Amino acid sequence: MAVDEATVRRVARLARIAVNPDEIPHLKEELNAILSFVEELSALDVSDVEPLTSVMPMKMKARQDGVTDGGDAERVLMNAPMREGDFYIVPKVVE
Amino acid sequence: MTNSLNDLTLADALRGLAKKEFSAVELTEAHLGAMEKARVLNAYLVETPEKALEMAKTSDSRIAKGEAGPLEGIPLGVKDMFATEGVRTTAGSKILDDFRPPYESTVTSQLWRDGAVLLGKLNNDEFAMGSSNETSAFGPAINPWRARGSSENLVPGGSSGGSSAAVAARLCLGATGTDTGGSIRQPAAFTGTVGIKPTYGRCSRWGIVAFASSLDQAGPFARTVKDTAILLRSMAGHDPKDTTSVDMPVPDYAAAVGRSVKGLRIGVPKEYRVEGMPPEIEKLWMQGAEWLKAAGAEVVEISLPHTKYALPAYYIVAPAEASSNLARYDGVRYGMRVPGRDVIEMYENTRAAGFGPEVRRRIMIGTYVLSAGYYDAYYVKAQKVRTLIKRDFDEAFAAGIDAVLTPTTPSPAFAIGSKASADPVEMYLNDVFTVTVNMAGLPGIAVPAGHSAEGLPLGLQLIGRPFDEETLFSVAHAVEDAAGLIAGAALKPEVWWS
Repeated sequence: MAVDEATVRRVARLARIAVNPDEIPHLKEELNAILSFVEELSALDVSDVEPLTSVMPMKMKARQDGVTDGGDAERVLMNAPMREGDFYIVPKVVE
Repeated sequence: MTNSLNDLTLADALRGLAKKEFSAVELTEAHLGAMEKARVLNAYLVETPEKALEMAKTSDSRIAKGEAGPLEGIPLGVKDMFATEGVRTTAGSKILDDFRPPYESTVTSQLWRDGAVLLGKLNNDEFAMGSSNETSAFGPAINPWRARGSSENLVPGGSSGGSSAAVAARLCLGATGTDTGGSIRQPAAFTGTVGIKPTYGRCSRWGIVAFASSLDQAGPFARTVKDTAILLRSMAGHDPKDTTSVDMPVPDYAAAVGRSVKGLRIGVPKEYRVEGMPPEIEKLWMQGAEWLKAAGAEVVEISLPHTKYALPAYYIVAPAEASSNLARYDGVRYGMRVPGRDVIEMYENTRAAGFGPEVRRRIMIGTYVLSAGYYDAYYVKAQKVRTLIKRDFDEAFAAGIDAVLTPTTPSPAFAIGSKASADPVEMYLNDVFTVTVNMAGLPGIAVPAGHSAEGLPLGLQLIGRPFDEETLFSVAHAVEDAAGLIAGAALKPEVWWS
């Protein structure tokens, strides 16, 4: 499978990465190089194989559903690029 | 290097500290001095001399009181993928900006619990995506090794290139790394150091910047097999904060170093004899098999028929998981923010400015293979291929194989910039021997075993049964011992940088 320029733009949009129009042809080429590399898998019939869901068979541990940490807004917010009081600031989302 | 304290193995340093032949402060100062002179190698992104000396002082007082931990006073470097409380953590990316974690990763907290000293944070490929350290937003780390008679700078491997360079150049006694497709073992091979990726689940991933969560695993670098065994004992163990970490006792790995390999069955997989493999790599591989035979092991040819599908499947699974993990970098809670007209444009501008080309490429591939209509054709198929790769190993182990011997890399270290071609796949081929191990979740160790014709280090890899790191340590030590490179200082690069 190969991607066209419209697909590159759609994927960039889905990935939330701004792309300049002049970068598209080059990106398309790179993505297609990778996709043609992974195309090697099409030679393999895996119709009767189960997908791997965990590398080691183990029972997922459950813990008590309780609060073990938190309540420290200052530590949570200390790396915020923009804040006001105990809130993160983002551009207006709802008109 | 003027100070012989830098040349000690970690095990000898522990002995010297215990006998009070030198202090932890002296040992740390020797390393801080070497780091200062080696800045051209760009191995450390952040140096923490004040913290290091403070930690070393604490170690000296604990040693004086007879309360020394298993790593008391040992100066270490930490890959910048590990969150270190209050110390800038970038994962080699601009997008994390001046991020100072308000918490410490589980693995590093266990190192400090056991008395180790933090020297600083080590360079790596951006978000650990790379095999040469060239994708780091802070410039490549440089390999302390050079080809004989050459002044060309070589890559230290990647993604843990700062770790491998620092250990080889004597800028720390050991270092942490992370390995998603070969990021500990390939750089170890390129620098004449030892590196082990333990079984998936052996070390907690909590507080490690996530790349591909079903493949990522932490492990140590050092200059001898025994030193990595000592470090892994402190790094490993169950952590309630990582549900994929395994609740099994951590053995005394160092006790396995020196254990006889007599009667062990070592598999040599015929599928690893790849097209275009340089004769010197093949020769070293066969030499490794001969050494193990001479040590009493039985060497048998085995078949791992799905080997060739591991790398293409990896380049579906790893980008898919990365695209999901890296969605968190949105300019809201931490790191860089580039403004936009609305919140979506802010995300898009932030991520375009913050991510480098390789990370952007992988996020886009991952987004594509997970997008509607492609999930089954790509991601599910790749996960099925993983089942087949794992089954190959399971069958070999069920047939009595104790460990698998392979080359670590298809070549010695290459020049910086030499693989900057248009096709990203060329770089990916570096991981052809290491990536199967991550896909199957197995432990793998890289041990230096010889030199190329130009005098560059070459390594061999041993792959083990799940949670049988002990056998790997004993077999790797047998290789190390037979190669005889440590005693003759053949694994010490000539100092050209200070």
